[in-house]
Amino acid sequence: MCLAIPGRIVEISADNQDSALVDVVGVRRRIDLGLLHDDKPVPGDWVLIHVGFAMSRISEQDAADQMSTLRMLGEIEGAMQEVQGYGLEHAEVVIEAAAESDRSKAKVN
Amino acid sequence: MRFVDEFREPELISKTAEEICRIAGEERHYRMMEVCGGHTHAIYRFGLKDILPENIELIHGPGCPVCVLPMGRIDDGLSIAKDPNVVFAAFGDMMRVPGTQGSPLEHKARGMDVRIVYSPSDALKLARLNPEKHVMFFAIGFETTAPSTALTMMRAKAEGIRNFSVFCNHVTIIPAIRAILDSPDMRLDAFIGPGHVSTVIGCRPYEWIAQNERKPIVVSGFEPLDMLQSIVMLLRQLRAGEAKVENQYKRVVPWEGNRAALKAMAEVFQLRPYFEWRGLGFISQSALSINDKYAEFDAEQRFDVPGIRVTDPKAAQCGEVLKGVLKPHQCKLFGRECTPEHPIGALMVSSEGSCAAYHNYEHRKAVMVSLSSIA
Repeated sequence: MCLAIPGRIVEISADNQDSALVDVVGVRRRIDLGLLHDDKPVPGDWVLIHVGFAMSRISEQDAADQMSTLRMLGEIEGAMQEVQGYGLEHAEVVIEAAAESDRSKAKVN
Repeated sequence: MRFVDEFREPELISKTAEEICRIAGEERHYRMMEVCGGHTHAIYRFGLKDILPENIELIHGPGCPVCVLPMGRIDDGLSIAKDPNVVFAAFGDMMRVPGTQGSPLEHKARGMDVRIVYSPSDALKLARLNPEKHVMFFAIGFETTAPSTALTMMRAKAEGIRNFSVFCNHVTIIPAIRAILDSPDMRLDAFIGPGHVSTVIGCRPYEWIAQNERKPIVVSGFEPLDMLQSIVMLLRQLRAGEAKVENQYKRVVPWEGNRAALKAMAEVFQLRPYFEWRGLGFISQSALSINDKYAEFDAEQRFDVPGIRVTDPKAAQCGEVLKGVLKPHQCKLFGRECTPEHPIGALMVSSEGSCAAYHNYEHRKAVMVSLSSIA
């Protein structure tokens, strides 16, 4: 919970400026940008993520340093598990996909 | 110094360690408290004590939110989730923390709907995905996590979600530092200030520590080099007879903090008149509750809460360890009745608790040394 995990902004949602897709060493998840209103990041920027919220904008070097700190602390595995939302992100993707397929079926009918 | 080679910039670390020895000298003893549990974990993990001279003593502070939460609050939260309609959602760190009738994980094994979430927004997601259930997020944490809980509640309100609430255990760091400084058996020379809490509150809230208490404080990052540099900065102040707030972690911590995060907290929370801290007792205005505007999302207002108070087992000396009066291994239960596998006190539960950190690194090292001497 107290871990700060660095991630790179991949894209910001077109319909919600506070929702962004980030890449954390290859794993992607949605995070909330609502706590960075005064320092809005753009795609390509690095942020420190706490419990699913971007808390500060950092440099690429700081992101690499933070990752190596997590590695030295033996926290990488825990951090990745957290980023993956303990399977919840996956559940949501499945549900979204199901809803999408329902919608396309409805269109066909 | 055997760990130094594994670190980034080993030369710089060796130089900084030499600088520490040079400034510290030998004639006096320095007691520095690292406030944050993340620092405690890092100090043990990196073996920083092996690098520091003997006359610098690091005291582990109260900055592990899991560790300072009284058992009664866990019991209260779990009692709400006895209702089969209620989902108990909490961070992974909470799952093994013992309540009187067992931890959240043990309750899950007995059939309670307990979910691990990474983020309060994931708990809100659960509420969206399970409209027939009520999802209660068991919120813990200092100012690092409180803004995320606040913003999640603002989002829930804006969306008109009705099946979501928060059992709020958020605490604030400044009153805890004040309580420690007021404690008669506590003698401290300086503070290593918390890194991530300060990204939210900034450095100004620490100014009274320097001005009124005449204690230096340096907000520090978490890498070995960060912490060693912070110790150099503290030593320089102490040697010069100064007491200032300094920021070693400038690359992440802005002096003024994060305004948007503070605004979200002010929108949703109010100060509790008092709150119980494990090991420290009741501290006035040291925790947050949910204000009237967000009452519909306050689990304590929505449900009957028994208000359970549980005293810690008499033999456990969590309070003394938490205040730094005792070292973890000096507690009567340490490593015997109380281990990371079977924690009795909360300091043994979280990897950021000083007992677990000490047990995992120092204790193991001592056992290895004694084993190798037998061999």
